[in-house]
Amino acid sequence: MLGEGILKGMAETARNFVGSFFSAQRLTTVQYPEERIAPYEAARVFPFLVYDSKNTADPADWEAGLRCVACQICEKECPPKCIYIDKSKDKKPDAVGKQQFYPARFDIDISVCMSCQICVEVCPFEAIKMDTEFELSTVDRFGGLLLDRKQLAKSNEYYHRIHPTEAAEVDDRLSEGRAKTDAKITAGAISAAIRGAELPARVAPKPIPESAQEDIATRTAAERPKGAGN
Amino acid sequence: MQETLDQIFVLLQHRLMGALPAPWQSLGGVVLGVVAIVCVFPALFALTTVFERKGLGRIQNRIGPNRVGPFGLLQPIADGIKSLTKEDIVPLSADAAVHFLAPVVLVVTVFMGFAVLPMGRNMVLVDMDAGLLFYFAMGASTELAVFMAGWSSRNKYSLMGAMRAVAQMISYEVVLLLSSVTVVMMTGSLSLTKIVEAQNQYTWGLPHWFIFSPWGLAGFVMYAIAATAETNRSPFDLPEGESELVAGYHTEYSGFKFALFFLGEYLAMFSISGLGTTLFLGGWSSPLASLAWVPSWIWFFAKLMMSIFVFIWMRGTLPRLRQDQLMNFAWKFILPMCLLNLMVAALWRFLGEGWLRWVVCSAILVAAYAGMGLNELRRKQIGPRRYRYAE
Repeated sequence: MLGEGILKGMAETARNFVGSFFSAQRLTTVQYPEERIAPYEAARVFPFLVYDSKNTADPADWEAGLRCVACQICEKECPPKCIYIDKSKDKKPDAVGKQQFYPARFDIDISVCMSCQICVEVCPFEAIKMDTEFELSTVDRFGGLLLDRKQLAKSNEYYHRIHPTEAAEVDDRLSEGRAKTDAKITAGAISAAIRGAELPARVAPKPIPESAQEDIATRTAAERPKGAGN
Repeated sequence: MQETLDQIFVLLQHRLMGALPAPWQSLGGVVLGVVAIVCVFPALFALTTVFERKGLGRIQNRIGPNRVGPFGLLQPIADGIKSLTKEDIVPLSADAAVHFLAPVVLVVTVFMGFAVLPMGRNMVLVDMDAGLLFYFAMGASTELAVFMAGWSSRNKYSLMGAMRAVAQMISYEVVLLLSSVTVVMMTGSLSLTKIVEAQNQYTWGLPHWFIFSPWGLAGFVMYAIAATAETNRSPFDLPEGESELVAGYHTEYSGFKFALFFLGEYLAMFSISGLGTTLFLGGWSSPLASLAWVPSWIWFFAKLMMSIFVFIWMRGTLPRLRQDQLMNFAWKFILPMCLLNLMVAALWRFLGEGWLRWVVCSAILVAAYAGMGLNELRRKQIGPRRYRYAE
């Protein structure tokens, strides 16, 4: 029958009209500034710099706890080139107490950033992660959108809060890496001790014990430039 | 008491007129009536914009505007301030005089239509013998304003929008007129007050509205379709189809002139709903004899707002038509139905009282509707879309 579809459509919209007053399932609007939904775990907006607060003397000292060692990989990989890093001239102890360079300047221009997460993927130090904070509007469109390292630094606890699963994985990876490095360092010390002890006996070369041979191999590996899992 | 409440505006007008010196009284009365119309309908327009947006929101399972004032009711004030403070741009190559006149002409002609509408018992500004004719003359003049706007803008979108608008409005003007002619045939008068009086009778407490008869129902449905097209409302809003024509004939209008077009469109909707109410829905008469104590103007405005609600409901439901569908619908479907309805109305008149005329008239109309509908549907292939090359 002609006009049947129109009547069906009108009935459907009438159902919506009446239903939206009674059924919360229909009216799904969240009235944003007053009501909020918790951000999804996989949400990502702009990057931030992670600092470890537990390992330093003062938990509030973000500068000492920054994981970033100013290797500048992210700066080079960033497709829109929105990261600006100045590497420090001196070295400072990092979160685990090792002497490292640190970023004297680390700026991200969030008006240029496209939230691609490539900086996060390339970072070997788990130092840069994606934030879920999105209310970043400012009246100054140049300076206000150029975040410096102080604004970017957020604690590992904050990271755990916004991305619990991912942060737990990162922590596992980091502690595994640290345990490995510690083992290598001790192994290196042992083999050095062995070598030191055997130096005077070089006149009569003796085959190096098998275990020590392995130690040397691992030690040379450990002395390579720092890779992932440091 | 009931009588006073019913006639409260008329009494108020007479009281105010009485305060004037005798030679000025008739003029003062007319001015008062004009002022009332010019105040009431734009206020209704302001309310309708916010209710339309809220209603459309509900239809789409949204909340709609609710930020300005309680429940967003002050939204029209914010909109008004916004359009008043906007820059008024006239394109460099536009015909400045016509460009300026178009919105004025539109609003003035639309307001003229209200002059003959009886909004309550004794509440009509000019009780003209040929009120219906006057109304249609004024309604047809709005097309001129639309074309003036489109032509003077010197913009292709404006011009195409205006061309579409004129083509559409002229096509549906015919339908509008022919569907109203049945009412004139029944009452034998072009006076809108007489038409309302003819419907203000009751049998067993039920009214004699023209919609409660086969020809009246058919006429009302066709009138409603034509009215939707006349006021450029969805699904006939091709002249301002934003997906194709930016905004149609008012593309080059900004600020207050744009607001005037907006106002004109809504006022046209009110006036054409008012006329539909007067012709088919009994004007200011109450729907039941037992409810006659409610003031007549309340019934008129209640029916008006019901029609506006249906307009909004249709806008929230139906997608926009294509130009050829629009024209085919007007000339090949509604116009023949209209002509047939004239015959049916004549039959109704001459078959005399009794059940026979109900059966005969209904049967003719239903058969014609079903027959033409089936014919249309058979030619159209309705079903899942078949792609010629992409398969």
